[in-house]
Amino acid sequence: MAHDPDLFEFLCRMGDNTLVLGHRVSEWCGFAPVLEEDIALANIALDLIGQTRMWLGLADEVEGAGRSADDLAMLRDVWDFRNVLLVEQPNGDFGQTMMRQFLFDAWHLRMLEALTTSTNTRIAEIAAKAVKEVSYHVERSSGTVIGLGDGTVESHSRMQAALDLLWPYVGELFSTDKVDVAMTQAGIAPDPASLRAGFDAYVGGVLAEAMLTIPDGDFAHKGGKTGFRHSEHLGHMLTQMQWLQRAYPGSSW
Amino acid sequence: MSSVGNEYPQSKVETPKRSEWPLWEVFIRGQHGMNHRHVGSLHAVDAEMAIKNARDVYTRRNEGVSIWVVEAHHIAASSPSDKGPFYEPAESKIYRHPTFFDIPDDVGAM
Repeated sequence: MAHDPDLFEFLCRMGDNTLVLGHRVSEWCGFAPVLEEDIALANIALDLIGQTRMWLGLADEVEGAGRSADDLAMLRDVWDFRNVLLVEQPNGDFGQTMMRQFLFDAWHLRMLEALTTSTNTRIAEIAAKAVKEVSYHVERSSGTVIGLGDGTVESHSRMQAALDLLWPYVGELFSTDKVDVAMTQAGIAPDPASLRAGFDAYVGGVLAEAMLTIPDGDFAHKGGKTGFRHSEHLGHMLTQMQWLQRAYPGSSW
Repeated sequence: MSSVGNEYPQSKVETPKRSEWPLWEVFIRGQHGMNHRHVGSLHAVDAEMAIKNARDVYTRRNEGVSIWVVEAHHIAASSPSDKGPFYEPAESKIYRHPTFFDIPDDVGAM
């Protein structure tokens, strides 16, 4: 496959989103409030890491520099990551984790659905496999957001606080730069902005049912997917995720 | 785990007494199974959540194609102390097993 820097960048964005969120969700393993949620979160984390293998594996083929999916995940540092800022935000309490998951899932499902018709058949195949997993993720996180938002005074106030905290990270999911323009023109990926209406309709419906109020204003934190400026949290997360390769370079098992 | 649970000030709301979610029994029909089998139990607030939890807890390794859940208190069970009168009378009645005649092939699975 001929090296196409824009395509490589796009694949890193997809793979880094699922890698970073998958790692974040895995941080709950053994700590979730109930056993059933613990297992469900571990399943979701594993789905996301599995998708990462496919995205970064294809990125390796496109780049042709011999950097495997593992190399890309474990040997790059913060400034080379291309995930959106939303997914690197800390877990917070369980409600904050579920709100982050819900907002990402709602975008992720629409993105993957659009990618199933990509002109790049490899991308369309990955999306077709991932879309089944993510359909379940969004069903589960939507149900939890409704259950907790329309739950007790305590759970409602925590979910509203989580929404207020995370909403400013939504805008980046739909921002467009030259990589997106190149992908759109080649028919490889949709214009991110074109997914916004469907996202707003779905998310608005769920949040209304959850008795939660979307904050005013359209301010959006940016800089994750372009790599311009990640939040302070990603570096800390990588010290955990990449600990083994940093302490024992090149070790394998 | 450094990032869990450190984002919010303690809530002023009085914490209600922790109560367990209802217990549900889970039945799963396997890929080639003819009927649902009891596989275990779990906790959930309602039937929809019980189905989702069952999917996550009991079908991770592609075990099933169909899930039933029922709240445990809806199951009426025989009493262990009735074991004698309940089951022993059948022990001596081997003629009740359908092993004394041939089943035609086109009957299929029994």
